[in-house]
Amino acid sequence: MKLTDHEEAMLAGALGEPRKLALEHQIKVGRFFDAADMVEISQVHIMADTEALGEAGVQFLERIAEYPEKDRQTIVPTVTDPRGADFNAYKRLKQEESWISQEGRTIEAFQALGVLMTDTCINYQVVIPPVLGEHVAFGDTGSSIYTNSVLGARTNFEGGPSALAAALTGRTPRYGFHLDEYRRGKVLYALETRPQDWADWGAVGGIVGRDMDSYWTVPVIAGVDGAPTSDELKHFGAALASFGSTPLFHMVGVTPEATSLAAVFDGPPPAPIRITRADIDAFYDSYGVADDRLDVVVFAAPQLSLFELQRLGRLLDGRQVHDDTTLIAATSPENKKAADRMGMTAQIEDAGGILLEGVCFYQMHAREIGDANGWRRLMSNSAKIVNILGGYGYEPVLATMERCVDCAVAGRIVR
Amino acid sequence: MTARIIKGHVGIGAPVTGPALVAADNFSARYDLDRINGTFSRPSHQLFGQSYLGKVLVLNIAKGGVATAWMLYEMASRGKAPLALLLNYANPIMAQGAAHADFPLIDRFECDITEVIRTGQTVSVDPSAGLVTVQD
Repeated sequence: MKLTDHEEAMLAGALGEPRKLALEHQIKVGRFFDAADMVEISQVHIMADTEALGEAGVQFLERIAEYPEKDRQTIVPTVTDPRGADFNAYKRLKQEESWISQEGRTIEAFQALGVLMTDTCINYQVVIPPVLGEHVAFGDTGSSIYTNSVLGARTNFEGGPSALAAALTGRTPRYGFHLDEYRRGKVLYALETRPQDWADWGAVGGIVGRDMDSYWTVPVIAGVDGAPTSDELKHFGAALASFGSTPLFHMVGVTPEATSLAAVFDGPPPAPIRITRADIDAFYDSYGVADDRLDVVVFAAPQLSLFELQRLGRLLDGRQVHDDTTLIAATSPENKKAADRMGMTAQIEDAGGILLEGVCFYQMHAREIGDANGWRRLMSNSAKIVNILGGYGYEPVLATMERCVDCAVAGRIVR
Repeated sequence: MTARIIKGHVGIGAPVTGPALVAADNFSARYDLDRINGTFSRPSHQLFGQSYLGKVLVLNIAKGGVATAWMLYEMASRGKAPLALLLNYANPIMAQGAAHADFPLIDRFECDITEVIRTGQTVSVDPSAGLVTVQD
């Protein structure tokens, strides 16, 4: 890789050991993907929940945090993805004390690096959304796909170690979706029905994502009649990224690089793959279960926006979640404070629901808390979470927010 | 005894030799594995219930989220990582996780890697050369 004088100095250790280690890591990754050089980035979003970190990962962060302050401080604004525990709620969820201790140590290490503890996967809604053409280093697939696609900024999936490296060096290897040629459409989908609900948009994302044959395949969606909302695109993108490991989509007439079909395809577009209402219904049916037992209802992945919290609050207002079922929602710390102030927290919690902040359900040892609480049958309006939790021993069911709430109140899956 | 050499892109990690565990399915540490016990835990995965410990995992593409970038390091620290990972297509997360853990990873082979290696065959993985040698 071609390095600047500044990068050569960093690699030689002139700017301290952490930056040297970070650049060495980035060069390994850059060579793997044939990056010609590095690209400077303006902000970093880092995923480091303690379930993923484990004790080894926490100790790694603590070692970096022990270096002198001038050597260890992040040099571009760096924000965090959801954490693994909400300190105000972990006992209600029967999380183990050892995880809470790891959380505290991780936060302490990050703060020593100057990381801003935003604890959110919807940083593009609640922190600073990047702008068209801006190069960033974002972790969390949902955050990355929204940033690439809806905002037109440029990032690869930057997992925790690489996001941390980018925060320390202020750059990332220039490969993949930082480059124009990787952002061209590869496959075309014709959406022949208008999704009616956030869960419908997630289902469409799941349908497209299941088809994707590698990280490099960019799907283009045509036929969307009028701009979807930020939350609709959030659910669509999060599911597409989760099912497909896909970092970029174009939606013709909606996303900024897709002003027309011709703008996103080199040459004539491929024959479209149709998506109909029947396909969406079949996607829901693929999560069918044999009986009506319902243990837990989860609204998360992505964390809820203020508008989603308002809808959930209204749906739960004056009702009671059944004793046989637990209802959990997760949002960012900033949205939680807004929900406290605007009355949504009271609506959700008075109904017996639990509103968590700064966490996401699948990032908080979902397998172990499932075992501890006897949760197996899970219902959610997030296609992303039903995709993930199958591997964690759950029997997930996908449904709209309204239906999820109705079932939580009934204490069983009702039609 | 004949050996077949398969060429891929230059990879990451140290050379290693071991038995292959192969499926025409995809891979994510968070979505697919019980990382405590070292088994595939996703019911819909072709390797569901099988142990990946001590195996050179041979799968199609990287899927899922970003967690594998941390998890390979954590799994290796407890001796619960596979021996190596061979994929038709990795994604940045697999490469970043391999770089962080110094874990053997190769992708972009000259053929469909899941079709030319069979479970149980002994394979030698040389990431710095991007070569896999299948003993027969």
